[in-house]
Amino acid sequence: MEQNFDLPEIHTPENLVYTKTKVLTDNVMHYCPGCGHGTTHRLVAEVIDEMGIQGQVIGVAPVGCSVLAYNYFDIDMQEAAHGRAPAVATGIKRVFPDKFVFTYQGDGDLAAIGTGETIHACNRGENITILFINNGIYGMTGGQMAPTTLPGMPTSTSPYGRDVKMMGNPLKITELVAMLPGTYFVTRQAVHTPALVRKAKKAIRMAFENQKLNRGVSFVEIVSNCNSGWKLPPVQAIKWLEENMLPFYPLGDIKVNGEMVSK
Amino acid sequence: MKELRLMKGNEAIAEAAIRAGADAYFGYPITPQSEVIEYLMAEKPHERTGMVVLQAESEVAAINMVYGAAACGKRVMTSSSSPGISLKQEGLSYIAGAELPCLILNVVRGGPGLGTIQPSQSDYFQATKGGGHGDYRLLVLAPASVQEMYDFVKLAFDLAFKYRNPVMILSDGVIGQMMEKVEIGEQYARLTNEQIDELYPWATTGKKTGQDRRIITSLELDPGRQEKHNLKLQAKYKKMQEEEVRYESLNCEDAEYLLVAFGSSARICQKAMDLGRAQGLKIGLLRPITLYPFPSEVLNDLASKVKGILTVEMNAGQMVEDVRLAVCGKVKVEHYGRFGGMIPSPTEVLQALEQKIIGG
Repeated sequence: MEQNFDLPEIHTPENLVYTKTKVLTDNVMHYCPGCGHGTTHRLVAEVIDEMGIQGQVIGVAPVGCSVLAYNYFDIDMQEAAHGRAPAVATGIKRVFPDKFVFTYQGDGDLAAIGTGETIHACNRGENITILFINNGIYGMTGGQMAPTTLPGMPTSTSPYGRDVKMMGNPLKITELVAMLPGTYFVTRQAVHTPALVRKAKKAIRMAFENQKLNRGVSFVEIVSNCNSGWKLPPVQAIKWLEENMLPFYPLGDIKVNGEMVSK
Repeated sequence: MKELRLMKGNEAIAEAAIRAGADAYFGYPITPQSEVIEYLMAEKPHERTGMVVLQAESEVAAINMVYGAAACGKRVMTSSSSPGISLKQEGLSYIAGAELPCLILNVVRGGPGLGTIQPSQSDYFQATKGGGHGDYRLLVLAPASVQEMYDFVKLAFDLAFKYRNPVMILSDGVIGQMMEKVEIGEQYARLTNEQIDELYPWATTGKKTGQDRRIITSLELDPGRQEKHNLKLQAKYKKMQEEEVRYESLNCEDAEYLLVAFGSSARICQKAMDLGRAQGLKIGLLRPITLYPFPSEVLNDLASKVKGILTVEMNAGQMVEDVRLAVCGKVKVEHYGRFGGMIPSPTEVLQALEQKIIGG
């Protein structure tokens, strides 16, 4: 905060309106520049802070790029095995029904290896919040095909593009879980523009507030970019996201207050 | 006044869990142990003590529910039988790595694969050598009666929390299914959340103002720190070896021949020993109660006194390897086993002793 930037005359304490959220630690994030994880982490931390529930939250980190999420949130957290976060969260919430419990998972974790845990936690209507970062690729392991990789999209395990005849189709798991009676709030958001960040924060806030109602799972998908995995510079990655990811994964609420949103 | 009941081993486990003040059970049905969850569901422990019982969608989910709840400092258990326990190995490795206390019951059936639903002891290696990936150990208790099924539940929880380590009760289809008289113990209260906060500062119960956050993880990417973590685990296992070895010895004082067996095999061996003694053969029986830590020292001592040792197991020869390591070549050690769900008779065991050890 004391750094001398290009405009030292306006970088003064009274002009400082944006500071680190207290629910984030001082650890330097390992995420790649331009990745949506950092923004999403901040939004989750802001929501926890604004709701005043820092001492009542237990988070569950996944396996994937956000495996070290527990290094960044200043809350009690558990690290789950790959895909098992919804089961771990179930265990926590069942013994601590009054705490706020959330999972933070990527697409490989939530929609491939953890499909069973995801669907059954949603179907049982566990009173938890699931945050799902979908960037259509396995980021941490180096850009392999994910369950959400788009048709024709190249990855290191689909180097000539995803051939759906051979490799199967991308899974719209968010639409799938919205069909289950145990989900109460299902929405798809993004964080690559300021306006979308504000919308996403509202959705995350609602997903945490809903736990007070005990009506079931609140599920927030964040469509994000993976500049490293997509092998694109940040600006181009965002353009690619808007032109390719969003038509296939359209943004907006899918289920609100237990009711499907009519399109 | 003593409360006595006629119960199946699986039912005794379930009742003991409620009485031990368990907070939660997560499981998935599989023969021959489904009575555990059936009994719990019928008993409505939520009304009796506030204990949570949940049927998970899979063994994998169940063990991960155990992980989540155990990391909150709660007394949590799951139960299964061999193929289901294989599915739980991933979770068990994470639980051991993250140093979480919990109880796992394995009512062993014959394998490999889907195998059979009949009793077996063929999961000895899996239970005592780790089972999942990485260098870790479970503390393993082997009951030989329905009473021990009951008694070992509280013991297992106490040991799990003493060492912050998963404890397995390695039973088998005989003990799980058979009915015996059980003396029911007192009802222990479940710990309050305040007691958990006081007793288990590592538990994720929600970050306290002014205190550091709690992180439950088995991940440490720095090799130096991961090695340090492994050394800490090994030190814990060494302490278990020093403090937790349990066994029962019968007629070992004057024994010339020693039978070594655990669980239901030990019951059969007891009868074989009696038959042999009636014929004038000085047979003793050593029954390991903790399979890990293994009673190596007492076996090594006995090996100096006896002429030969026969291990009897319902498997192709698993514990015999630990017996041989303990005996260190001092005396002949042979194995007799039936497997695939077959149970040896006492006469068969006595014949094996005569052929392989006494006459051999």
